[in-house]
Amino acid sequence: MTQSSDAMLEKLANRDYQYGFVTDIDADSAPPGLNEDIVRLISSKKNEPSWLLDWRLKALARFMEMLENDVEPTWAKVEYPKINFQDIIYYSAPKQVKKLESLDEVDPQLLETYEKLGISLSEQKRLHGVAVDAVFDSVSVATTFKGELEKQGIIFCSFSEAVTRCPELIQQYLGSVVPVSDNFYAALNSAVFTDGSFAYIPKGVRCPMELSTYFRINAANTGQFERTLLIADEGAYVSYLEGCTAPMRDENQLHAAVVELVALDDAEIKYSTVQNWYPGDKDGVGGIYNFVTKRGACRGKRSKISWTQVETGSAITWKYPSCLLQGDDSVGEFYSVAMTNNLQQADTGTKMIHIGKRTKSTIISKGISAGRSSNAYRGLVRIQPGATGARNYSQCDSLLLGDRCSAHTFPYLEVKNASSTIEHEATTSKIGEDQLFYCRQRGISEEDAISMIVNGFCKQVLRELPMEFAVEAQALLGLSLEGSVG
Amino acid sequence: MSDGVPMLEIKGLRARAGGAEILKGLDLVVGAGEVHAIMGPNGSGKSTLANVLSGRPSVEVTAGSVLYQGRDLLELAPEDRAKEGIFLAFQYPVEIPGVSNAYFMKAALNAARAHRGEEELDGMDFLEFARKKMKLVEFDEALLNRAVNEGFSGGEKKRNEILQMAILEPRLAVLDETDSGLDIDALQVVANGVNALRSPDRSAIVITHYQRLLDYVVPDFVHVLADGRIARSGGRELAHELEKKGYSWLEVAPPVEAAAP
Repeated sequence: MTQSSDAMLEKLANRDYQYGFVTDIDADSAPPGLNEDIVRLISSKKNEPSWLLDWRLKALARFMEMLENDVEPTWAKVEYPKINFQDIIYYSAPKQVKKLESLDEVDPQLLETYEKLGISLSEQKRLHGVAVDAVFDSVSVATTFKGELEKQGIIFCSFSEAVTRCPELIQQYLGSVVPVSDNFYAALNSAVFTDGSFAYIPKGVRCPMELSTYFRINAANTGQFERTLLIADEGAYVSYLEGCTAPMRDENQLHAAVVELVALDDAEIKYSTVQNWYPGDKDGVGGIYNFVTKRGACRGKRSKISWTQVETGSAITWKYPSCLLQGDDSVGEFYSVAMTNNLQQADTGTKMIHIGKRTKSTIISKGISAGRSSNAYRGLVRIQPGATGARNYSQCDSLLLGDRCSAHTFPYLEVKNASSTIEHEATTSKIGEDQLFYCRQRGISEEDAISMIVNGFCKQVLRELPMEFAVEAQALLGLSLEGSVG
Repeated sequence: MSDGVPMLEIKGLRARAGGAEILKGLDLVVGAGEVHAIMGPNGSGKSTLANVLSGRPSVEVTAGSVLYQGRDLLELAPEDRAKEGIFLAFQYPVEIPGVSNAYFMKAALNAARAHRGEEELDGMDFLEFARKKMKLVEFDEALLNRAVNEGFSGGEKKRNEILQMAILEPRLAVLDETDSGLDIDALQVVANGVNALRSPDRSAIVITHYQRLLDYVVPDFVHVLADGRIARSGGRELAHELEKKGYSWLEVAPPVEAAAP
């Protein structure tokens, strides 16, 4: 690396976070601290049935037990001071007097906030063909295109609303993929989650538009704990997108979400994430701790779940979107771009658990490290004894920008059936001076050249994203959009 | 270039690369419309000269001046030199995985067009333009949609360089041993590319190890580089003489004075 290209990388890495503003809005907050009263308060604010409160309390008891036994996960390649869970505010919601009948009743300041983020909730300017559920400080503030979806029997609403609208579905599926005691942060989430998105696609229905949730953390000192549950009934198809941003704050904020997906026979779920939580400043002050559990169960035969993620934000990312391949001939996919700058740390990857016969999984992971960041891929491929004829293909590539960052790959393979096939490929490369000079000699500026090379490196993943998101993701990676040729 | 300003004027050029002084006071004038061949043994500084002209950051110029169309070339960033019309056909073209060749060339062409105040070409217009040039260098269109140079054969890489040159239509093209390792058909293609660009307001510097290419691209001048300086200059017959006698012939000849201004 020459000095000039290092300076350029520095400049790219230090670009300002555009979403760091704070919306000045009245919030209804609980005092900080974690105890039964808080859980009861959250549950009553949501008018929840007693079974759900019991479920939460069970989770709280489990979490407290884990906290006492000090089983906070420490195996990830990330470092941070111990979190004091009693300092966190577990409930904060923008003050709204009544349940909203239409978008016109949403606080204009909230609408403005989403406009600023490029997510239009207003009737006239909606994203074409995308239904949006907007979640502000853990509470769903608006969902678009509801009526149109309902005509096809699709339920897409906030989690809280789903609890009253279709309690039987919630009771049947909540915690069925990520059990209460699955892990430390999942237990915490189960106790204190405040809202999130819910979608149910009925038998044989192909969801006519992308469903999208846009998460925004606004209030200070709050944790964000949302819960997302998507169910694709037999033969259904849905493509779901989530995006997220947060203000710039000096303290670290905890985001511990749980996402559960269920695909029944012949169903397909495509789940895409562009994660752009505030990453902290260039000295590593502030930023979101993104400790998230995401798991999908391919419960039905020939079902398919595909995770695509572009992770550019958060001070620390700890996240392993996984697939339980239970149904025979089911398919799991994981496409990931994780980019870390400055002092960001990411430990991300996937778990593919092959249970059914002839199950197939594909893992494509692209890690990009810049600045002094640390970027780790951690993945597990497990072939259970019954998974006859299972196949996995994994490819993990790392790209280093500059010479002060690091990349790590931790692939775990557990094979208990000899008829399976597993392939694993891994590469690590640096953006070479040769590549940069070649581009510059053709008149392409150094900044554009870096973007182009990074874009090329991520292409396999970016092309899995739905169009609207691909554009956002490329912009996020500091890339200019590839043209219409080629 | 009717005002008589040369395309390129190099005076007393000294340059270091890899911790050693490679160019040791090189002088060269290339007039508009001229094709100059630069020959010389390995390590004589041929590629370093190409790198200085194109602005490769790892080469450090320690003395001398380079004027391009009367302007100080050395103060320009590599991308600005390119946009001003300097093109280097690389000896070892670089692979850029995941970036399509067509996209890369379109970005390059549009950077130059924007610099000249011309409208950028969209995908369709670019493709139409590129197809004409592909015919000229017998370029397989399938390679246009592959990643830049990735998995290309040696010959395909060199053709790709010549295609880029044809598309960018540079004022000063520098070919760094583009002919090495090519069969006679590919050599013809390289020659077609260079000859198609010949015009009163364009120039080329053809760096080569063998005189073979010069049968197809007939140079106006031939220079022999030895130990970082031009040791001999002459017409195309100098290339034939070299071919016959070998570079060792130079070592007995008087070195510096012959080329000093």
